[in-house]
Amino acid sequence: MNLTDLTALQLRNGIKNGSVKSADATEAVFEQIEKHDAKIGAFLDTFKKDALVKAKEIDEKIGKGEPVGALAGVPMAVKDNMCTTFGTTTCASKMLKNFRSPYNATVIEKLLAADAIIIGKTNLDEFAMGSSTENSDLKKTVNPWDSSRVPGGSSGGSAAAVAAKMCFAAMGSDTGGSIRQPASFCGVVGLKPTYGRVSRYGLVAYGSSLDQIGPLTKNIEDCALMLNVIAGHDEKDSTSVDEKMAPLCDWLEKINRPVTGLKIAVVPQLFEGADGEVVNAIKSAVEVYKELGAEIVEIKMPHFEYAIAAYYLIATAEASSNLARYDGVHYGYRTARPADYIEVYTKSRNEALGAEVKRRIMLGTYALSSGYYDAYYLKALKVRNLIRGDFTAAFEKADCIIMPTSPTTAFKIGEKTADPLQMYLSDVYTIAVNLAGVPAISIPCGFDKNKLPIGLQIIASAFAEDKLLRIARMFEKAD
Amino acid sequence: MANVDYKIIVGLEIHVQLATRTKMFCGCELIFAAQPNSRVCPVCLGLPGALPVMNRQAVEFAILTAVAINCKIAEFTKWDRKSYYYPDLPKNYQISQYDLPIGSNGFIGIPLPDGKVKKVRIRRVHLEEDAGKNLHTAENCSQVDLNRAGTPLLEIVTEPDINSAEEVKLLAIELQRIVRFLGVSEADMQKGHMRFEPNVNLHIKKDDTEYKTPITEIKNLNSFKVLEKSAVFEVRRQLDEFLESGIVLQSGNKKTFGWDDVREVTVLQREKEEAHDYRYFPDPDLVPVVINEKWLAEIKAELCELPLTMQERFVSGYGLSDYDAGVLTADRTTAEYFDNAVKAGGDAKRVCNLITQTGLKIANEKGYKVSELGISPQRLAELAGMVETGQISATASVTIFEKMMESKNSPQQIAESLNLLQKNDEGELGKIVDKVIASNPQAARDVKSGDKKSKKAHGFLMGQVMQKTKGTANPQVVAKILNSKLNKGI
Repeated sequence: MNLTDLTALQLRNGIKNGSVKSADATEAVFEQIEKHDAKIGAFLDTFKKDALVKAKEIDEKIGKGEPVGALAGVPMAVKDNMCTTFGTTTCASKMLKNFRSPYNATVIEKLLAADAIIIGKTNLDEFAMGSSTENSDLKKTVNPWDSSRVPGGSSGGSAAAVAAKMCFAAMGSDTGGSIRQPASFCGVVGLKPTYGRVSRYGLVAYGSSLDQIGPLTKNIEDCALMLNVIAGHDEKDSTSVDEKMAPLCDWLEKINRPVTGLKIAVVPQLFEGADGEVVNAIKSAVEVYKELGAEIVEIKMPHFEYAIAAYYLIATAEASSNLARYDGVHYGYRTARPADYIEVYTKSRNEALGAEVKRRIMLGTYALSSGYYDAYYLKALKVRNLIRGDFTAAFEKADCIIMPTSPTTAFKIGEKTADPLQMYLSDVYTIAVNLAGVPAISIPCGFDKNKLPIGLQIIASAFAEDKLLRIARMFEKAD
Repeated sequence: MANVDYKIIVGLEIHVQLATRTKMFCGCELIFAAQPNSRVCPVCLGLPGALPVMNRQAVEFAILTAVAINCKIAEFTKWDRKSYYYPDLPKNYQISQYDLPIGSNGFIGIPLPDGKVKKVRIRRVHLEEDAGKNLHTAENCSQVDLNRAGTPLLEIVTEPDINSAEEVKLLAIELQRIVRFLGVSEADMQKGHMRFEPNVNLHIKKDDTEYKTPITEIKNLNSFKVLEKSAVFEVRRQLDEFLESGIVLQSGNKKTFGWDDVREVTVLQREKEEAHDYRYFPDPDLVPVVINEKWLAEIKAELCELPLTMQERFVSGYGLSDYDAGVLTADRTTAEYFDNAVKAGGDAKRVCNLITQTGLKIANEKGYKVSELGISPQRLAELAGMVETGQISATASVTIFEKMMESKNSPQQIAESLNLLQKNDEGELGKIVDKVIASNPQAARDVKSGDKKSKKAHGFLMGQVMQKTKGTANPQVVAKILNSKLNKGI
C-alpha cells in the first residue's frame, strides 16, 4: 500500500517504531503534490528541501533511540494565515504577497515542538473571508472530488490537501465555518475547538472574537491527536482559556470510549433549508446513533435564523478594525507613487485588497460608525447572546446537537461568486457555533448522487471536546 | 485692555507616562532615547497575528493614581479600540478606554500662593497606549520610530474648574508632585513624560450680559512654563477677538491651536471641530478587567501620604513656613527624610535649614536625592541638635555636613576632630573677656559710653575674643558676657 494512505496516527506510530521512515513519507507526499497539485492548487508554497532535512533528522533521532514528539515525522500543511518564520505568510492577499513573519504563531511552535514536518502553506479565501477559496487573490483551488467544484472555504487549501493525500493532516482556521464547511465539501474531518481552547497568537486576525484554529484530518483519531498538540493556554493570547477552568486531557487516549446514555438533539426546523440528499444523509446518521442506543431529542433553536445577520455585523466590524493595519506604511503592499501620505493608505488598500475583503471592511466600518453602532453592532451582540442562550438550553437537554455542516455539497466554481448573499447563506449551519463559541466537528456521512461528500456536523457544549470527539468516533466506527 | 469683567475657564487634559518596566501590551522595555525601532516586537509593531497582553503593573499604577486624586474606581472596566489612521499608529487603532474609565468623579487639591487650597474636579482617569513618533528627516521623506508605541499613558481629564493661567500651572505641578510621590511616573518634562492640553474660554460680562467665548484646545504642551504662557496668551487673544468680533461659543466652533515656542503665540491648527468618528468598540483581543475589593485594597495599601497632606502637616505640626514645607515636599524622599529626622528628635526648623540650605544644594550638584548623601535621618537630627544648642555654629554645620557624607562618625565626633565645637563655658570665656577688656581700655570705655562709637568698639572686642579662642567661642555667649561686664558700671 501507498504510504500516503496511512492516517497521521498510523504514520506517527510507524515512524516511532522504526517501521516507516519519515523521509519516505515526506517524499511520498511531495510525489503526490507534484502529481496532483498543479490541478488542485491546494498549496501556495511548499518547503520540500527543508521538510526532507527535518524528516531525516527525526528518522536519525529515532534510530538513536532519542525521544521524539507526538507528531514525530508527520508531514503536515498549514493554512497561510498562520505566521511562520519560514516562507511567506500571505493570507492569499496581494497585500501580504511578500510578507515574511519574524515570528511563528503559537500553533506553529507547538507543531514544530511535536516534531511535525510542515511541508507547505495552503490556499484560502483572502484573509479567510469566504466559503469557497475563490476569494484567494493568489491561486485557484479545486475540489479533489470534482475539479469543476469548489473545495469550500476559507480553509479550502487545507481541506483539499488532506483529501488529496498531499499531507497527513492540516491546520485551518474557522471564523464562521471555515474549517467545517471545506472539510464537509472535501470529505475529511474538520474540528473547530471551543473558542479559547487553542491560542490565536500568530493567526492573522479576521474576526477576533470568532476565530479559532483547528485541524483537518483523515479521521477522528487524527483529529484528537492534533488537538492534543495544539490545545492549551498561551500567555500571549489573553483570550486563550485558563487550563484550571478548562482542563486539557489526552483526547486520543479516550477516543474509543463510547458515550453512555447518549442524548442527541436534532433541530427539525433546520432541515428545511438543506438539500434533500443532505437531509437524508443526516437522518441516516441519526438512525445510526439510534442503533447505537442514543436517545434522540427534538429541540427548537429560536434564534438560529438570525445568526448570519449577527455574524456579518460582528465579524465585519472586527475585521474592519483588524485589517486597518494593512496600510502600506509599515509592511506589505505599498502603492507605487503616492502623492501624499493619505494616498499611501487609500491607493495601497485599494490596489491590494480584494472585492470581498473591501466589502466586509465597508460593512464593518458602517456597523461601528457613530449613529449606527447601537442599531447594528450592539444589536448584533444582543442577538449573539440570545444564540448562546439557545445553545445553553439545548445542552441542558442533550449531549450534542446534530445537523448538516452545509446545506449543499460542493457547489460549482463560479456558481455563487456573483451573489455574495447566496455565498453567505452556505454558512447557515456553521456560523451560529462561532457566535456561541462552542466546539463542533464535521465528519463525512455519505455521498450525494454526484459522488460528492456530505458532512455531518456535531456540536457540543463549551470545552466538551472530549465528548464531541467520542460521539463522532462512535459514528465513524459504526459506519 | 478694555474695561470688561471676565472669568477664565480652563479644563485640562493631561497625559502622564507611567514608569512601568515594560510597555502597556507587550514585553518591550521602556527606554528613553534608545536607537530608533530597537525597542519593538510583533505586538507593538502591530504585525499580522500579534495579540496584546495587558500589563498589570500599569493598571495598578493607574488605579493608585486615581485613588490618590479621589476618584471612584470602576469595578468593571475594559479596553476599547479607537480607530484613526496615522503613520505613527501601527495598527491604525489605539487601545484605550472609552465608556468605562478606571477612575471617575475625583478631585485634586492645588495649593495656591495665598496658602489656600483649591479643589479642581477630575472627570475621568483612563489608561491607553501611546503612538510612535513621526520623524520628518528630509524633504519628501518621513520616518517612523515605534520605540514609544505601546508606552502606557494615563489620561487625566479635569472639569473646567480652573480660573487662571497660574492655576493651570499649579495644577500641573501638583499633579507632577503626586505622581512622583506615588512612584507611578518619573514625570520628567524633558522626556515628555507629561503632556498637557488645556481647553480655554472666557465668560465675559458686558452690559449686564454674560458672553462665552469659543473654546480653544491647545495641543501637546510639555512644560509648565509653556502651559502658563499659552494660557495667558490665549486669554488675551480670546478677549481681543471677542471685543473685535463679538463671536461667542456655539456648537461646532471649538478651535484647536498649537503653541509656537519661538514667537510665543498660539497658532490655529483646526478651524472647526472635526466630526471625528473614532468607531470605538470593545477590543476583542483583551478580556475585561474586574477590580475587586481585594485587589483594590492591595493597591490602596501602597498609597503613601500625599504631598499636600504632608505639606500641611509640616506647617501645622512642625511650625514650618508654607514655603519651606513646599520645598521639602517637592520630592517624596526628601520629605520623608526630613520627617524622619524630626521624628528622630531633630528640631524641625534646624533640620529644614540643613536640608534646604545645605543638603539640597549638594544633592542637586551631585544629581542625588538628599536622602542618598549618606547621612541617616538620626545623624541629621543630631547635627540639627548641635546647632540648636549652640555647640556648633551654622557655618560649622555645613563643614560637618559635608564630612558626614563620607564618614560614619557622629557629628559630635567630627566637630571634635575638626575643632569646631563652640566654647560655651561662661566661666572660661569670662576670663578671656576680662583679659581682652584689660588690654583694650579705650574700646571698653567706648562701649560703656553708649554713644556712636559703642557698636564698633563692641565688635572690636568680640573679634579679639574670637581671635584668642581661635574662633571657637560661641559668639552669642561672648556677647552676653561682654554686655554684662561692660554695662555693669552704668
